[in-house]
Amino acid sequence: MKITRKEFLEISGACLVTLSGKKVLAVLDSPEDEKSTPSSARKDRKQLGMIVDTRKCAKKQGCTKCIEACNRAHNIPLFQESDHQIKWIWEEPFGDIFSSYETQYLEASLKEESTPVLCNHCDNPPCVRVCPTGATWKREEDGIVMMDWHRCIGCRYCMAACPYGARSFNWVDPRSHIERLNPDFPTRTRGVVEKCTFCAELLPKGQVPACVEACPERALVFGDLNDPKSEIRQMLAKDYTLRRRAELGTGPNVYYLV
Amino acid sequence: MFMFEKAMVGSRRYWIWVGALLAVIAIAFGSYFHQLSYGLGITGMSRDVSWGLYIGQFTFMVGVAASAVMVVLPYYLHNHKEFGRMTILGEFLAVASVTMCMLFILVDMGKPMRVFNVFLYPQFHSVMFWDMVSLSGYLILNITITLVTLHAEQQDVHPPRWINPVILLSIPWAISIHTVTAFLYCGIPGRTLWRTAVLAPRFLASAFASGPALLILLCLLIRELTSYDVGKKAINSLAVIMTYAMVINVFLLLMELFTAFYSQIPELTEHFKSMYLGTVSPNSLLPWGQLSVFLMIASLIPLLVSTMRRNETILAFTCAMVFSALCIDKGVCLIVCGFMPSPLGTMTRYVPTLPEASITLGVWAVGALMVTVFYKIALSVEIARQASYVPAYEFTATTSATGLQQHASGDQSA
Amino acid sequence: MRDRLWIIAGLLLFLGFVTYPMWQDLVAGTSSRPPQLVLPTNEKQCVAPVTYMRTSHMKLLLDWRESVVREDNHKYVAFNGKVYDMSLTGTCLRCHDRQQFCVRCHDYAGVRNPYCWDCHLDPAQVKRSAQ
Repeated sequence: MKITRKEFLEISGACLVTLSGKKVLAVLDSPEDEKSTPSSARKDRKQLGMIVDTRKCAKKQGCTKCIEACNRAHNIPLFQESDHQIKWIWEEPFGDIFSSYETQYLEASLKEESTPVLCNHCDNPPCVRVCPTGATWKREEDGIVMMDWHRCIGCRYCMAACPYGARSFNWVDPRSHIERLNPDFPTRTRGVVEKCTFCAELLPKGQVPACVEACPERALVFGDLNDPKSEIRQMLAKDYTLRRRAELGTGPNVYYLV
Repeated sequence: MFMFEKAMVGSRRYWIWVGALLAVIAIAFGSYFHQLSYGLGITGMSRDVSWGLYIGQFTFMVGVAASAVMVVLPYYLHNHKEFGRMTILGEFLAVASVTMCMLFILVDMGKPMRVFNVFLYPQFHSVMFWDMVSLSGYLILNITITLVTLHAEQQDVHPPRWINPVILLSIPWAISIHTVTAFLYCGIPGRTLWRTAVLAPRFLASAFASGPALLILLCLLIRELTSYDVGKKAINSLAVIMTYAMVINVFLLLMELFTAFYSQIPELTEHFKSMYLGTVSPNSLLPWGQLSVFLMIASLIPLLVSTMRRNETILAFTCAMVFSALCIDKGVCLIVCGFMPSPLGTMTRYVPTLPEASITLGVWAVGALMVTVFYKIALSVEIARQASYVPAYEFTATTSATGLQQHASGDQSA
Repeated sequence: MRDRLWIIAGLLLFLGFVTYPMWQDLVAGTSSRPPQLVLPTNEKQCVAPVTYMRTSHMKLLLDWRESVVREDNHKYVAFNGKVYDMSLTGTCLRCHDRQQFCVRCHDYAGVRNPYCWDCHLDPAQVKRSAQ
């Protein structure tokens, strides 16, 4: 086989054009509804979501009941040093969560107001897109972004990809750092990534997530966003709400009522 | 193993060097076993800075691996005969650096025993899957090419004809490995330091500067230590390639800086501020970021002044500058500072720990050992050929490239 | 042929080495003693026939794992029509004692205990350590 430089360039060019052409055709061919409707908007499927009512939440200063309930339910270890912390639901100053809404005239107490943050169970989750093993995926039936700790290889690509910092890695063995073990839920092993799963283990039993259950002010509202009659949809229809970094196209499903 | 016996004979100096590398590898093994049993908590990485030295060095070494194309392409596609004696060195360097890349990925994994999950449950939407595919493909291509061509040279026959399309395939493949590696980063929505279309071009430019810099240094070293000389012309040509690549790399960096600082979008500027100015908040990597920029700019002077570039002593220093500048820039700062600040605006300190540094050094030692052994084998074949004054043959790689004929005649005159 | 003695001696030595664990077990009297497994008292029938559980309990557990974690399917219909909740700690350990049953047999068979217990908790053990 003797190829001239010119022929080589021609052949490789032709190959590239064919390959990209196939892609274009595939997109043009696909049925209309698949392109335009996100999976969550299809009627037969649920999309679980949450509203954080920050006004109700602010009523009880220093309350961390939702966080404690989650930590207890999921055997979340406590680390003194911040480097190795595991967080499923935790609090951040409101000004850091929605920095673009901050103004210089805002009272410091409002800027610093702690607000719960958690996994947004996005419509289009970047963590799922990047995971090389399918250890994290979006459940079709209810839109939960799930984790399979048996399959995770600990590459931490999902942590780089998540624009919300919602994922934690087990840098060391967590078990010895858990205050009180809950035998109904596994601990994790060192070397895997974890995050909030909207209490996927409680939902089949007809329960709501532990944080929602624990909130004394009922500031966390949980429900199906695809069901127009659900409480969460009624609330979203009546008020302006914020979503964290929605401009990134991730479609977060945790709403903040301010 | 293939011609391995040639690596088993050597001078005292050779064995001291091999022994030293093995010692470094042994220490790294010790640290790695500690990491396996304790967890990645022994590194300086954290919840906010979740990738560190390992992934940085991985990214940098992908570039060194890809840069073999800078000798292969001129030689096989443009019949650039001067590179005839350098291609095999470049290809062996690629084999060693791809191996290093894979080791860096492996040591970074939380659950390395589950690595085959990537192939058991392939996710075609994950860039990391494609990165694994392209890296392993590139490794197989380069091992095949080096073994076949070296074997042919030892037997003093033409390499089999089927190797030509393999060599041609390795050229776009080399570009692909670094492009896909850039896609790992630039396809992530939330990290603004990486989310730029020039990331892949910049990766390629810095790769085509750092790889040749290393290759020139290795060629100069080989000439000092053995009777094998790749030739002044080859080194000069490669230095010109390195110059272009470095200029393009600095140009692309300036493009990034202009876009960020003229638009003044905080999202864009904050990473560069923390990387080079340290004005956002204290950054443990600040001196390194500044050093890399200083070395990059400073290296442009001896690169662009041709009289300086042709002086081999100055060239050696310049190569060291280019290599270390880019090793710091891509191998540490660009990756780590992507996490500073974090999505919630926190600046978390990252300082590699001693075990982390030891494991990194160990991976480098594995690479150095591979290069040593490969070069030892290749050079004993080449030097034996030189000594026997075999008649030249025509090497029908592409347009009847006669690279090797050139050497044979060149050797006689030398 | 003069090396015959050496060859035979070497072979014997090799055989001795290879069969060493057997001799050791014989002397210690451990090999003929099967593990004393503590069987459940609250249930008569496991989720599958004993013969199947003996050979394939790991396959069953992995199937359960895939089903629960990845398909959100929690109910297992057993061979006799009984429905079980697919849960290692909730169903298996409700009857079986991990130490007296799982670990004992694994130790006897020389099968490394799987990493299930790196994460999944043994409720009995948790209760013991809490007291």
